[in-house]
Amino acid sequence: MQVTMTVNDVEVTREIEGRLLLVHFLRDVLGLTGTHWGCDTSNCGTCVVWLDGEPVKSCTVLAAMAGGHEVRTVEGLARGGELDPVQQGFMQCHGLQCGFCTPGMMMTARALLDRNPDPTEAEIREAISGQICRCTGYATIVRSVRWAAVHEAAAAAQVTETTESDDAGEIANAGQPAGSLS
Amino acid sequence: MTTVHERPDTFHDNDQKPVGHGRMLRKEDPRFLRGRGRYVDDVQLPGMLHLAILRAPVAHARILGIDTSAAEASPGVKAVVTGAMLAEQNLAWMPTLSNDVQAVLATDKVRFQGQEVAFVVADDRYAARDALELIDVEYDVLDPVVDARRALEPGAPLIRDDLEGKTNNHCFDWETGDEAATEAVFGRADVVVSQDIVYPRVHPAPMETCGAVADFDAVEGKLRLWSTTQAPHAHRTLYAIVAGIPEHKIQVISPDIGGGFGNKVPIYPGYVCAIVATIVTGKPVKWMEDRSENLVSTGFARDYIMRGEIAATLDGRILAIRTNVLADHGAFNGTAAPVKYPAGFFGVFTGSYDIEAAYCRMTAVYTNKAPGGVAYACSFRITEAVYLVERIVDCLADELGMDPAELRLKNFIRPEQFPYTTKTGWVYDSGNYEPTMRLAMDMAGYDALRREQEEKRARGELMGIGIAFFTEAVGAGPRKDMDILGLGMADGCELRVHPTGKAVVRLSVQSQGQGHETTFAQIVAEEIGIPPADIDVVHGDTDNTPFGLGTYGSRSTPVSGAAAALVARKVRDKARIIASGMLEVSVADLEWEKGAFLVKGDPGKTVTIQEIALRAHGAGDLPEGIEGGLESQICYNPSNLTYPHGAYICVVDVDPGTAQVKVRRFIAVDDCGTRINPMIIEGQVHGGLTDGVGMALMEMIAFDEDGNCLGASLMDYLIPTALEVPDWETGFTVTPSPHHPIGAKGVGESATVGSPPAIVNAVVDALKPFGVRHADMPLTPSRVWDAMRGNARPPV
Repeated sequence: MQVTMTVNDVEVTREIEGRLLLVHFLRDVLGLTGTHWGCDTSNCGTCVVWLDGEPVKSCTVLAAMAGGHEVRTVEGLARGGELDPVQQGFMQCHGLQCGFCTPGMMMTARALLDRNPDPTEAEIREAISGQICRCTGYATIVRSVRWAAVHEAAAAAQVTETTESDDAGEIANAGQPAGSLS
Repeated sequence: MTTVHERPDTFHDNDQKPVGHGRMLRKEDPRFLRGRGRYVDDVQLPGMLHLAILRAPVAHARILGIDTSAAEASPGVKAVVTGAMLAEQNLAWMPTLSNDVQAVLATDKVRFQGQEVAFVVADDRYAARDALELIDVEYDVLDPVVDARRALEPGAPLIRDDLEGKTNNHCFDWETGDEAATEAVFGRADVVVSQDIVYPRVHPAPMETCGAVADFDAVEGKLRLWSTTQAPHAHRTLYAIVAGIPEHKIQVISPDIGGGFGNKVPIYPGYVCAIVATIVTGKPVKWMEDRSENLVSTGFARDYIMRGEIAATLDGRILAIRTNVLADHGAFNGTAAPVKYPAGFFGVFTGSYDIEAAYCRMTAVYTNKAPGGVAYACSFRITEAVYLVERIVDCLADELGMDPAELRLKNFIRPEQFPYTTKTGWVYDSGNYEPTMRLAMDMAGYDALRREQEEKRARGELMGIGIAFFTEAVGAGPRKDMDILGLGMADGCELRVHPTGKAVVRLSVQSQGQGHETTFAQIVAEEIGIPPADIDVVHGDTDNTPFGLGTYGSRSTPVSGAAAALVARKVRDKARIIASGMLEVSVADLEWEKGAFLVKGDPGKTVTIQEIALRAHGAGDLPEGIEGGLESQICYNPSNLTYPHGAYICVVDVDPGTAQVKVRRFIAVDDCGTRINPMIIEGQVHGGLTDGVGMALMEMIAFDEDGNCLGASLMDYLIPTALEVPDWETGFTVTPSPHHPIGAKGVGESATVGSPPAIVNAVVDALKPFGVRHADMPLTPSRVWDAMRGNARPPV
């Protein structure tokens, strides 16, 4: 069957088997290997991508179900060459080690901040509780998300003061609700 | 020694770039953050085929026949291979890392559920899986051996009838220490406490499962193998021996690895199948196992059934420790440990205490379960050893009515006793235990916690405080004692400084997330003064790195880190001679200040390492006898293991109504000697503590009476999420290793070793009002509930 969807702002059309999972479509068909798979039973969350701005586990979504919808993956997280504050936060706070769960964690974190720009530690833990990390023990992931929240707020405040600031503008744009990203 | 209290530094803008040791952001992060990691399953080669493995549905059965005709006719299928076909090439069996053999594909019998029986190679993953369904295997189901305690009973089903003359399920016996001396001490002790303790079977379950891409070029005669291996060089040598391909025609590449934890040390049948498949089909072949395959067939951990005994005086002086262990090794002895150490480093079960005698007797058996045993950040079985001693010491404290912290402080090996030879023959290189313990108690507010506990107990609330103090033995190891299948456990390192003063360092170890590209650049930077950003770290590719045994057992920093420091010093020694020529002074007149040589007494006269690098490659004259270039290599053979230590304190609350355990606080003070990158160390500790919560409270690979694995998915094998773990509180002390070139000891597994006993001790402490002295892991609500009602039972 033929499927057409928008992936990271680019429309793609491919001939696929009806049973093809979205995670395999992204990885094997489009070559977007930043999205990983780890369990096949939607327990581990390494495969989290956005479907119309909502984080979903792409190992339990058929590629055909994404037809006509917008998908965003870790490869689409940075905008205009600038890392998203979430990506910067993960680096600054050592939120990753082996890096395997990281793309899924960052997609969830970005979605959380888009809805709740100032989440508490408990809210962050709840948000990532459908995802497993074997390396970090989660504390540094929580710190990473808080880093992004704090720096986005600071950047937004700077934008209010000096709207000309290009750098701060980048960061502020990245903080818009997911639905408006496409 | 310095004692520093480390608190989470949540929002610091970390842009420090130390030229050497210190907190520094990771060089490898940018590619991971952009989704540009290079994991095995990301490798896509033109014309690549996909391999899937048919696995045994039962634990023990004779294979009567395999019909592959329908599978061969399935769309997209290129080959179907059975054990009988491999046997024709003498490839049906392969050696394990413990001098046993393991079936690549079963020929005679299947010996555990999930064992490899046949494989299909097809155009894509889905077609390969479809064809598996069409393979018809006729089994004669046999009684399995599931309970290790019954493996040696007369009449028990014989598992290893493939071994000539084998008549029972005995795997090996092992002992250490002095039995008679220990018996004598026990005989005169005031107090003897015994406790049966089970460390159940668990699984490392790295987020990335195991897999490989094999690509054999028949014209070149060269095999390229991308595989999820923690030990690429050792694997290459073994492939050369098993498959008969000359070693120089094999390139093993382990690119980015999505977590290892020991799960990726052994050679699995799937890797060998992928190699066979690429040779048979002439195409590149990818094999990636799914999560269930990973959990049921790859290297498990632990599975020790232990009896611990401790002898002491009435005033709390520990005199002797004795243990008897029944080790379940599964269907094949696939333990990945130095060959002279069939029980790994379990011999350090005397822990951190100065005692008079110790003895251990162990019997290992075969059962109808997956092979493995040494994995999950266990430091070659030190997890089991530390769990045993730290549990039994708590039992003793309970018996004596002593505070468990006080009992430990009273019995520690004293700083002046190092190097300390234990009663089982291990030479602890250095240690200073009391300050580490005191710091953990200070951070925890130990006395206040005890007061809080007393108040809560009066109100019927269940709060527990658990302590564990561990001594680790890492950095295997001295080649006179330690080898894996005859390969000495030394590690090579090569350093080359380019003409412009940038450098490349090539390691024999390999990273699964430990941050080697940063840490090793820092080690070299510290010695030679080139900024870490200017040093490229190459690892995980046998064609481009020197030989060495790989990353496991917390050995990278103790062994390979030493190699990196020493090779940098060799380069610096050569640079000094070149500098003496450039500055026209004698070598003795030069002083090294990180990154440059200065003329003593004339600080204006100086050359930087970058200037020296250019001269080393330039057209000008070099001092007499000095070759051009600025590079060196080394193979480092450690003189001893290194012995990190740590003090952990856990605070739990147990819900009296549901028996749910909540880890409220966890304080971890680690002493891993010299600290290269504190950020990375802290991260490693956090991860290990989380493993500990998993093992203590959630994780277990269980089997039913028929040998069916009950932990075959992440729905059944529970791993901690962010909701089960607290925000970790870490601290550190520094007691450098006296024999390591930079005094570093290794830390990767410390927290996995130290945290389970701290958590279990805390839960048992919380359950004291119910008269509980011991309860086995995993302390799930139902098991805690049973313990509260006097029905504590072993998990297996």
